[in-house]
Amino acid sequence: MKRPLSLLFGLAALIVAAPAPADAFCGFFVSKADTKIFNKASKVVIARDGDRTVMTMSNDFKGEPKEFAVVVPVPTFLQKSQIHVGEQALIDHLDAFTAPRLVEYFDENPCDRRRYMEMSARAGGPMPASAAPLQDAAKRLGVTIEATYTVGEYDILILSAKESGGLATWLTQNGYKMPQGAAPVLASYLAQNMRFFVAKVNLGEQAKLGFNYLRPLQIAYESPKFMLPIRLGTLNAEGTQELFVFALTNKGRVETTNYRTVRLPSDVEIPTYVKADFGKFYTSMFSAQVKKQNMSTVFLEYAWDMAWCDPCAADPLSNDQLRKLGVFWLDGDPSTPMPAGGGVMRPRPMPRPMPGGGANNVFVTRMHVRYDGAHFPEDLVFQETGDRANFQGRYILRQAWTGNETCSEADNYRRELSVRREKEAQTLASLTGWDIADIRRRQGLAPRAAVDNRAWWERIW
Amino acid sequence: MSAVPHPPPSRLGDPRYYQIAVLTGLLTYGTWALEFDIKPWQIPLTLAVALVTQWACTKIWQLPAFDPRSALISALSLCLLLRVDTLWVALAAAIAAVASKFIVQVNRKHIFNPTNGAIVLMMLATPAAWLSPGQWGSVAFFAFLMACLGGLVAYRALRSDVALAFIVVYAGLMFGRSYYLGEPMAIPMRRLESGGLLLFTFFMISDPRTTPDHPIARVLYGALVACVAWYIQFRLFRTNGVIWSLALCSPLVPVLDRVLPGRRFSWTDAAVLPLVPILGRLRRTPSPAVALERIHVS
Repeated sequence: MKRPLSLLFGLAALIVAAPAPADAFCGFFVSKADTKIFNKASKVVIARDGDRTVMTMSNDFKGEPKEFAVVVPVPTFLQKSQIHVGEQALIDHLDAFTAPRLVEYFDENPCDRRRYMEMSARAGGPMPASAAPLQDAAKRLGVTIEATYTVGEYDILILSAKESGGLATWLTQNGYKMPQGAAPVLASYLAQNMRFFVAKVNLGEQAKLGFNYLRPLQIAYESPKFMLPIRLGTLNAEGTQELFVFALTNKGRVETTNYRTVRLPSDVEIPTYVKADFGKFYTSMFSAQVKKQNMSTVFLEYAWDMAWCDPCAADPLSNDQLRKLGVFWLDGDPSTPMPAGGGVMRPRPMPRPMPGGGANNVFVTRMHVRYDGAHFPEDLVFQETGDRANFQGRYILRQAWTGNETCSEADNYRRELSVRREKEAQTLASLTGWDIADIRRRQGLAPRAAVDNRAWWERIW
Repeated sequence: MSAVPHPPPSRLGDPRYYQIAVLTGLLTYGTWALEFDIKPWQIPLTLAVALVTQWACTKIWQLPAFDPRSALISALSLCLLLRVDTLWVALAAAIAAVASKFIVQVNRKHIFNPTNGAIVLMMLATPAAWLSPGQWGSVAFFAFLMACLGGLVAYRALRSDVALAFIVVYAGLMFGRSYYLGEPMAIPMRRLESGGLLLFTFFMISDPRTTPDHPIARVLYGALVACVAWYIQFRLFRTNGVIWSLALCSPLVPVLDRVLPGRRFSWTDAAVLPLVPILGRLRRTPSPAVALERIHVS
C-alpha cells in the first residue's frame, strides 16, 4: 500500500472565507467572499517567546484520512507531552480575526450633517489536517525511530537517520511516496541534527474520537531556531505554494530575516461594486503584488496588539483560546471570558478593547507568502522586532449619497464624486491589473469618465 | 617613505564625501524603492541630533574646528540600519554614536565603530530597537552596485584589506557550510547578495578609524570578525551575527595595535589619493601605491 506523502507546507489547500457574521447590525451588510479564495494554502501558527516555540500546523488535506502523512523537520527531539492535537476552530478564528477586511462608509448628505457607518468583511478560512506509515527493520538503513506515540487520532514517529539515502529508502518502503529530489533536502536537515516528525492518521483512534476532519497538530520545543522549513514543500511539483504564518509574540511584529517582508497595499478606496466579490478582488490583488515583487517577498497582512482591533473582523481571542494556540506566557486566569455579546462587526471605526482584560502582551503578525523552489531556495527564518505599530489590510468602499436635494454643497459633491470614482477605478486597476475600461464600465461611469478625461479645449469643438 | 611631504589635502579628495553621497543614495533608494520600515521623523531627527552632539563634543573637548562629516556618516548609517519603535531610541542612538568617538578611546583612538557601537547598545538596552536584515532583499544587481560603490569608498579610505579579508572568510564559511550540508549553492549565493552584508563589509568593518593600524593585523581582524559572525549566525542561530561580532571583536583592536603597531590612519592621508587618476593631479600627488606604503610605515 502506497501512501502519498503529504509534506507539510507542500499540500494543496484552500481557504474558505468564514461565514458572514450572523449578528451584523441594522441591515448594512457588506457582502464578501464566502468561497475558497486561495488554493493550495497551509496555515501555521507560531507562538514564540525567547527560545520557546509552539507551532500549530494546519493544512487542507482533502483526501482519505488513511492517505494522509506529514513529514516535518524539527530542531529537537520531541517527547510525547510536547505533541498535542489542537482545535481547528481556533486557527479559523485567528484567521478571521486577522483577515484583510472590506469596510464601508456612506457619504453624508452634503446638505446635512455628516453621518457614517462602517462595516467590515473579510476573506480567510478553515481547513483540515492528516497522517502516515509504520516501520520495522529501520536500523539496517541507518534510520533510528527515536520514539513512537499516539496522540489523539495521530500515530507519530520521531525519526533520525545517519544518512538521507537510508531515510528516503525507509520512507519509501513504508509507503511514503517521496517526491523527486527529496534525499538531498532530507540530508541537509539531518546534517543540522534535525529530527523528522512523521504523523499519520490512526483510523481506529479517529473513529473513537468521532472527528470527521483532521485536527491540527501542535508541537512545543525549545530552540534558538526561529524558522519554518519550506524546502521539502517546494519539491512537490505543483507550481507555487501558498502559506500563511500567524505569529503570536510578546514584544512585537515578526518578520523574515532572509527575505523581504513587505506590507500589502492597504487603506485604499476602491469601487463599491467590489463589495459583491471581495474574495476575487483580494486574490487578484495578491497575485498582482506577488508579480510586482517578483515573487521574492513575504507579505504582511496584519500586525496588531491582540488586546483590541479596529474594525474587528471577528471577536478578539480570549486568553484561554490564545493559550490553546500556544501562547504560554499569559498570566492570570486562563479562562478570561469572551467579550459579551459576541458581536463581530462594528458600525463605526472605533477602537475595540477586549472586555474583561484582553491579552495585552500578545502581538499577532499575519504573513502570507506564495513561493516556489526557484524564488525561495532557503527556509524562512524569522525574528521578532520591537515594532508594535498596528497594520491591517483594509479596503474601503465609499457609498455615494444619492439624494436629490439641491444646494451649492450638493453640486460640489456631485462634481467631486465623479473625480473620486475615476480615482477609485485607477486604484483598483493598478492594484489588481484588471482592465480599467472594464472597471469603469462596471462602475457604471464609463462613458462619462471617458468624456471627462478630455482636455478642456477638446471639449470646445 | 615617511619623508615624502604631505601635499595639501584636497577637500574633494576626502573619501568621507563619497561615503556621505553613497549612503544618502542608498537611504533614498531604501526609503522609496524598498519601503524601509523607517519612521518619517527618524531621518531628520537622527541627522540633527548627531550634528548637535558633534558640535557639543567639539566645544567640550576644545577641538579646533567643528567637522560634521563623521557625524553625518554615523547618522546616515543609523538611518539605514537601525529600526526603532519610539522616538527616544533614535535620539539616544545618534547621541551614543557620536559621543562614543570622544569617550570610548584607547590611545586616542576610538574603540567602536560609532554606528556599530550605538546599534548594539540600543539593542541591548531596549526591545524597541532592532535591525531588519531582510529589508534589502537580495537583488543581484543591487548587490553588485553596492559592492562597487562600497569598494570605492573602502579603497579610498585604504582599508579595503580588512573588508576583503572579512568577506572572503565569511563567504568561505557560508559556502563551506552549505557544501557540508549538501544545500544547493543558491542558498549561500543569496545570503552573499544580501544588501545588509555588503553594507556592513564596505561601510562598517572597513571604517579606517577603528580597524587595526598594521595591514597584517587588519587581515587577521577581518578574518576573526567573519568567524565570530558566522558562529553567531549559523551555530547560535541568532540574527545580525556580523553586527554583534564587530562589537565583540572591537576591543581587540588596541591589543592588535600593540602587538603589530602600524601607522595611525588619518583622513588627511586618505585625502591625497585621487579618486580617478587624473594626470594633472598625479603629477603633484603620490601614486596610491606610494601613499599606501607611506601610511602603512610604522
